[in-house]
Amino acid sequence: MRRIGIDVGGTNTDAVLIEDGQVAVAVKAPTSEDVTGGILEAFMRLKATGGLSGERIDAIMIGTTHFMNAVVQRRHLTKVGALRLGMPASASLPPFCDWPPDLARLVEGGVWMVEGGHEYDGRPFMPLDGEAVRQAAREMRALELGSVAISAIFSPLDPSHERQAAAIVAQENPGAAITCSSDLGRIGLLERENAGLLNAALCDLARDTIAAFEAAIRGSGLDAPLFITQNDGTVAEAAQARRLPVYSFASGATNSMRGGAYLSGLDDAMVVDVGGTTTDLGQLRSGFPREANSVVRIGGVRTLFRMPDLISIGLGGGSHVTLEPLRIGPLSVGYRLPVEGIAFGGTRLTASDVAIAAGLIDIGDRSRVAHLDTLIRARVLDEAKRMIEESVDAVKTAAGDVPLIAVGGGAFLVPDRLEGVSRVIRVRHGDCANAVGAAIAQVSGEVDQVFRDLQRADAIAKAAALAADRAVAAGADRATLETVETEDIPIAYLPGNAVRVRVRVVGDVAASRDAPHRGS
Amino acid sequence: MTLREFTLHDIEALAVGAWILGTGGGGSPYLGLLNMRRLYAEGHRVALMPAAELADDDWVAAVSNMGAPLVGQERLTDSRTIARAVALMEEHTRYRFRGIMALEIGGGNSIQPLMAAAHLRRPVIDADMMGRAYPEAQMTSVAVGDLKPCPLTTVDVRGLEAVVERVPSWKWMERVSRKICVEYGSIASTCKAPRTGREVKRWGIHGTTTKAIAIGRAVREAQRAHGDPIAAILAVEPGKVLYRGKVRDVERRATEGFLRGRTLLEGSGDWRGAAMRIDFQNEWIVAWLEDQPIAMSPDLICVLDSVSGEAIGTETIRYGQRVTVIALPPPRVFLTPKGLEHVGPRAFGYDIEFKSVFEA
Repeated sequence: MRRIGIDVGGTNTDAVLIEDGQVAVAVKAPTSEDVTGGILEAFMRLKATGGLSGERIDAIMIGTTHFMNAVVQRRHLTKVGALRLGMPASASLPPFCDWPPDLARLVEGGVWMVEGGHEYDGRPFMPLDGEAVRQAAREMRALELGSVAISAIFSPLDPSHERQAAAIVAQENPGAAITCSSDLGRIGLLERENAGLLNAALCDLARDTIAAFEAAIRGSGLDAPLFITQNDGTVAEAAQARRLPVYSFASGATNSMRGGAYLSGLDDAMVVDVGGTTTDLGQLRSGFPREANSVVRIGGVRTLFRMPDLISIGLGGGSHVTLEPLRIGPLSVGYRLPVEGIAFGGTRLTASDVAIAAGLIDIGDRSRVAHLDTLIRARVLDEAKRMIEESVDAVKTAAGDVPLIAVGGGAFLVPDRLEGVSRVIRVRHGDCANAVGAAIAQVSGEVDQVFRDLQRADAIAKAAALAADRAVAAGADRATLETVETEDIPIAYLPGNAVRVRVRVVGDVAASRDAPHRGS
Repeated sequence: MTLREFTLHDIEALAVGAWILGTGGGGSPYLGLLNMRRLYAEGHRVALMPAAELADDDWVAAVSNMGAPLVGQERLTDSRTIARAVALMEEHTRYRFRGIMALEIGGGNSIQPLMAAAHLRRPVIDADMMGRAYPEAQMTSVAVGDLKPCPLTTVDVRGLEAVVERVPSWKWMERVSRKICVEYGSIASTCKAPRTGREVKRWGIHGTTTKAIAIGRAVREAQRAHGDPIAAILAVEPGKVLYRGKVRDVERRATEGFLRGRTLLEGSGDWRGAAMRIDFQNEWIVAWLEDQPIAMSPDLICVLDSVSGEAIGTETIRYGQRVTVIALPPPRVFLTPKGLEHVGPRAFGYDIEFKSVFEA
């Protein structure tokens, strides 16, 4: 069993080769602007160690913080046309109504609300106003909106209006990327719609990013199926990940936490993952990140879908540092650290420059940052400490000190003593814990559909069997499957005891497969 | 007369406290809160008036959204719909309302009078008729007092409007209005039978808006200070912790316009090894510890997130959640034999004698 796990961060691309559960090789390469360069470089460095010779590679798992970074930093976002099917209901709370104003300004390309949607019992709420949808699509085209997010009342129970509207939008606006909120699932129009709007805002970035991953694998002469890691610590095939980038939102942080647990042997601890651009904090429970049971805010937007319970702040090794007034991040030089950082001959003062001056890490040219005096170093490092302590406190579920596993390439910014922390644990390969977490990720299969004329237990059993088949088709080993989530919602007034069942199962990637799925 | 203007902070705290008083039902107040933020941003303001200051011959509108909270999460809430239900009642009766009060302080219905009040420029009366949330029209203090149940206006956001002019009893009002509500799609904005100032002073449950704000503020302040929000609630309300544990299973079925079912909990700490089951009909109705009923309506059974202290609803409770179950004392009007007839365990089909958690 040999797998490559890769994490593409804003600053570094980490790669590990895992053999029989052990980290055989770990390498690090700077993330490049085109992404491909960094991955190619990582593959080359892996090859250079001799580790890739011999037996075949069973799978390549890639995790990335790119999509989350884009939202947090308000960068690389695509303007979205929001189309809601539900008038005359909901008019006082239009799409984007609870977004932070700065993000809404960047993403909102226009709002169209037309009649449509369904009732709780499956009847149409209003007939879909196809003409109004067509008109909206034309206006979107006139505004050159290439990405459209469609939401409809009760679309998780009946997605037909969203699908019909998507077909009309596709006719009028060929080539537009279309996100339907029903693909993201849960009941709660605003939160589901918000997840859809974020997904739509990321469509260009997702397409370019995953194409670059595929090109890098081909360019390295590797032949193994590509998986993209997901919010819950499992992996999805590339095609699905490209369509639904929000499901990869927190995968970088999730993988770091899973990797931190794996490498430290601790199942119940807090994990802080300091990357080049962001710092993520979360709590491990039995080796998995605690899952958010309710609304999760992403870049200030309320969403409700499958997410770990995390805090993400704009602190990393590449974070811009300004001294008057003192401020770290959220902007970051990211992968350009080895060019733009002062210790590397650049002109932009970063958190890493300060750490280098303080002797916390030995990279770049320390003499170039010698002008940063003790007072400046202390002020900046204290500010980083304060930011981390504040987040540790926010993640905590009870008073009292907790062990903290510090991972990620920027872990040198985490001091050994922190308020509220019993001890700071650093692990071997901790700087590539997210690549380790990616490499050990499992495959999931999910079913979310309405069953009729079945008892509750039978409906759940049937859904579980379907989910298991899907997991196996996606590359899981049937013998290792485990049900991790079961939820059923009865649908009133429909004949035949209609019940909506969602079941998710996970299992290990099968060691050898007759027909490997290509990431295409 | 003492009118106190709500600040947005008050309304945010009201949303948190009302969700807790919702005892699992009543729907989340979030959407009402969003509407209020928008209305306040547009310059609307709403004031609170103590019930004691009503004149005997004032008229008061009692409002609520009726139906399944799940539907509200999809159709959202438009502040104009509830205002329209009140306006329709004024058109129908030719009364001019002095103020607007909540039918139920529990859940999203706590914000409904504020939305109507903002559009119609009237004060909100600091009282309600349940002191919590309940699923049916006859489960109110005014029904216990045998006050007149009609007329009632119902409004659907699509412009459907109906007035229930005459019914002989609260039970009939429940049956007829629920049928209308189901046809609307299981949600309707309603203005209940107009109440006189005298009736509100005699039968209203007073001070519940203020109480919800106090509970909400306690939770928020504890969260900010990383204190124990549940202890903070018990510091402002004479409640009792019934159980701590984790959700093991939830079973739901939707029948006759209600969400019925039960949730099973497995205990932790002092309750390790002891299973709790809580039955619900929209709201938490009876809590069983090792198959013995230990808390039941009209005592308020509140299932709270053990960490945040915020309420968890019967529609959203999920496997794995860490919860603390507390009981809060019920309004006294429900403890009389007549009160228990309306909201005691037998009113929900349980053949058990009511025994309060708060009896010595």
